[in-house]
Amino acid sequence: MSTKLFEVNKENYQEEVVGSKLPVLVDFWGPRCAPCLALMPEVEKLALEYAGKVKFCKLNATENRRLCIDLKVMALPTFLFYKSGEVVDKLTADEVTKESVCDRLKSFV
Amino acid sequence: MENNYDLIIIGGGPAGLTAGLYGSRAKLRTLLIEKMLAGGQIATTDHVENYPGFMTGSGQKLTEIMENQAKKFGTGFIMAEVTDVHLAGNEKIISTSQGQYKAPAVILAMGTSSRKLNVPGEEQFLGRGVSFCATCDGAFFEDLPVMVVGGGDAAVEEAIYLTRFAEKVFLVHRRDALRATKVVQERAFAHEKIKFVWDSVVDEIQGENLLERVVVKNVKNGRVKEIAVNGVFVYIGFLPNTGFLSGQVQLSENGYIIANERMETSLPGVFAAGDCRQKLLRQVVTAAGDGATAAFAAEKYLEELR
Repeated sequence: MSTKLFEVNKENYQEEVVGSKLPVLVDFWGPRCAPCLALMPEVEKLALEYAGKVKFCKLNATENRRLCIDLKVMALPTFLFYKSGEVVDKLTADEVTKESVCDRLKSFV
Repeated sequence: MENNYDLIIIGGGPAGLTAGLYGSRAKLRTLLIEKMLAGGQIATTDHVENYPGFMTGSGQKLTEIMENQAKKFGTGFIMAEVTDVHLAGNEKIISTSQGQYKAPAVILAMGTSSRKLNVPGEEQFLGRGVSFCATCDGAFFEDLPVMVVGGGDAAVEEAIYLTRFAEKVFLVHRRDALRATKVVQERAFAHEKIKFVWDSVVDEIQGENLLERVVVKNVKNGRVKEIAVNGVFVYIGFLPNTGFLSGQVQLSENGYIIANERMETSLPGVFAAGDCRQKLLRQVVTAAGDGATAAFAAEKYLEELR
């Protein structure tokens, strides 16, 4: 069983990510990003494991390009980790593996 | 024991996927270990048109078919990073982030990784302009100028791909001629958005928050100039992913695995396939050929062990 990630975009990013009481992980992906798509099912499993502790979101970068550039995200996959509205950790491009996401989540919670 | 197999394949690119297909069809209990992306490097390639029988389409599509084909015949897949291997003796032990796996035969098909520029600014702007994956990141650079570094197939094909988004693509190459396949070269030369910067190498990548310019040096006359771009896509060759073998099988000077016509390495029961092997031509079609041969040779090896 996997759970779907909460879809965020330029309209709700402020409220759902920055304004969240729970810590947030945002998975920046795109439909042409093969590593993003390969990793997504694993991230969904992690979302289940961390249910209630971390809010798991995903953002389609190709549909929210301006927001990504404002966030200095210009590579996929990228993961941003938020606590109380602040980015506290980031994984990007070839730093991203299932292992690195798992490890950062452990130290994040 | 569920962690015991007949054949373990490390790496899920075309070589590993083909080995999985052939191993499973030979009724070997076959496990494929991939750390991230089944399909490997070619899965991030926009356009494949030189794999016979597959007229045209994305690398992702091609390798998805290969993956499904291997799964259909029973290849097991896990996503895990290999941390250590013990390849000598009759029982090979593969330690991963997801536990330990054992088999009497192993196929090494880890492929290669992109070579980095190793210039100031490259690390700093990784993920903020410096990229090794045009299909992943190209769309961020809509109407912006970008640079591609390199002169082989990957560099020139991705330069052409990037013209869909970018305002202009500078192709910086250290020689005065491309190495890419002729038909690909012709397309690039005919493209109005691609501007060639010959005999040049990248000296430094600069910017504030985001990448803004690249300092490029002409290797013939030593002249230095700045080119204003917001993205740099690096395709200057590859390095074999053979580090974790720590010398257990014989490697070439450059770190590629030495294997014979049967894909046998210097250790019995250990085979190599695909781009991580010392060979002349690194393509999907030759990787698939290696994978088939390696799995067949592994099958024969296992028959003799029994």
